[in-house]
Amino acid sequence: MIIRTEGLGRDFLVGPRLRRRRVSAVADVTLDVAPGEAVGFLGPNGAGKSTTIKMLTGVLVPSAGRAQVCGLDPVRERRALARRIGVVFGQRSQLWWDLPLAESFALHGAIHRVPAPRHRERLDECVELLDMAGFLDTPVRQLSLGQRMRGEVTAALLHSPELLVLDEPTIGLDLASKERLRTFLSAVNARGEVTLLLTTHDLPDVERLCRRVVVIDRGRVLVDDELATLRRRFAGNRTLVVELAEPAPPLLGLPGVVDVAVEAQGLRQRLAFTGNAADLIAAVARRAPVRDVGVDEPSIEDLVRTLYTRPARA
Amino acid sequence: MRPSVAWGNVLAPYPQLVRAGFRCYATYRQAALAGLVTNVVFGLLRAAVLTAVLAERPVVAGYDVAAAITYVWLGQGLLNVVLLWGDTELSRRVRTGDVVVDLGRPWDLQAAMLATDLGRAGFAVLARLLPPVAFGALSFPFRWPEQPATWALFGASTLLAVVVSFGIRFLLNASAFWLLDVRGVIGMWGVVGGVVSGLVVPLAWFPQWAQAVLAWTPFPALFQTPITVFIERGDPFPLLGSQLFWAGTLLAVGRAVLHRGSRRLVVQGG
Repeated sequence: MIIRTEGLGRDFLVGPRLRRRRVSAVADVTLDVAPGEAVGFLGPNGAGKSTTIKMLTGVLVPSAGRAQVCGLDPVRERRALARRIGVVFGQRSQLWWDLPLAESFALHGAIHRVPAPRHRERLDECVELLDMAGFLDTPVRQLSLGQRMRGEVTAALLHSPELLVLDEPTIGLDLASKERLRTFLSAVNARGEVTLLLTTHDLPDVERLCRRVVVIDRGRVLVDDELATLRRRFAGNRTLVVELAEPAPPLLGLPGVVDVAVEAQGLRQRLAFTGNAADLIAAVARRAPVRDVGVDEPSIEDLVRTLYTRPARA
Repeated sequence: MRPSVAWGNVLAPYPQLVRAGFRCYATYRQAALAGLVTNVVFGLLRAAVLTAVLAERPVVAGYDVAAAITYVWLGQGLLNVVLLWGDTELSRRVRTGDVVVDLGRPWDLQAAMLATDLGRAGFAVLARLLPPVAFGALSFPFRWPEQPATWALFGASTLLAVVVSFGIRFLLNASAFWLLDVRGVIGMWGVVGGVVSGLVVPLAWFPQWAQAVLAWTPFPALFQTPITVFIERGDPFPLLGSQLFWAGTLLAVGRAVLHRGSRRLVVQGG
């Protein structure tokens, strides 16, 4: 196991000195991640994702439980661990703000004592895959967010880490930049050299990169399963979206329909259904004049929404 | 691709960090120029004041006009090399939580910060020390060292002054691990730092009791000691020894504080 935690927990004291309260950010996280896996670590804001990651990387001391990453105790062996993992924080930077990007990479190589030939090979590969040749000589402070994040991911991979931890890596990126990053990370993980642990609120990140999903809420693991299994177990129904030529009352009582939502004064209706879409479309067409139809597949968003709104286990 | 920085496989990253510190500060040339102009203007004011004082008596506590002028211009030049004020880097990174990145690197954070600071100081020697001193030396009576060895001793003393200053700044900033907001602490240092380090007036002009107290502190090591070495007042070696002692002590205390601080760290900002 590359990550192994047992009952990991962390409390914080919050509030003014006299009315200080103990708040549990992470209550009980038990998690095993095998080498080569790609795990999506999900949860609403404040669920304890970042706190868990800080404990896994050794910068935060747990108040309960145990963690082992790459066979090391993260807090006591933080420096040794830092050589073997890479971390990308979407909202922070590990690059030198005033220096050209290439110099940050050189410094990063020096800090990790990467042998020069290995460094060059690794860097050339990232520069090509992430299309960075055009801005290697640009000071980091002048890069766009998309360019900088490509640099951040490269810096985190230059020392060939066994584990890459990504804390909201696509936050703030446009669609094209997100897609480029996902493609790259997916390729890196597919070669089996690096294990990915990814937190994000951007569910397409998870769909593209992760086979396994761990959902935490209120500091506890709510779900830990294969993405495909979760989809089967929790995913909702498909939805037929019909645009009508003229307003109509809710289309109730059609075969297979479990829920109807009316929008635009009855001009658009969303029918959640099970079974065959063609039969349902035909049935709708008999009831009202249809201008257009579309079918929404159950998305991971729905899945996560379902999970987040379920009451926490006692 | 540009040729990357050459490094040996076994060579620690610290020389590269010195270079990076130099390069980071060298990017802000206009800021350096603006600061330089301010330094020179203040130098002129201070030179005028001290000259007026010395008009009453030709020598005050061993300083004649040339020594006082030299004291002023060296102080103005050393101000940004030693960097008494304005370093809030570490406390800012603790307060915003960016320190999580620094602690997640396989380096010695204190050594890395010292290396970067030495690079910064190296740039400041070129951009902020040499020009005001050259200006002062050309425009006023100036006291050059009489012994050639003094130049080397002054260099060593300045280097140690930077390390002592780094040690003090590191401790002030590290209080952010407990306080989060260190503006009060640093503001306090801003008020007293210049006086107790001999930047404002020579410490030799202080009352005896104040000199005796300050001799037990690291503060004279910041400005008074390198200047005293340059103008060759007394034996330089005990002075350098004292600087070395304080540099070592402050770095050791800083290490202990960083260790404790990072153990109780609460990373801010998610």
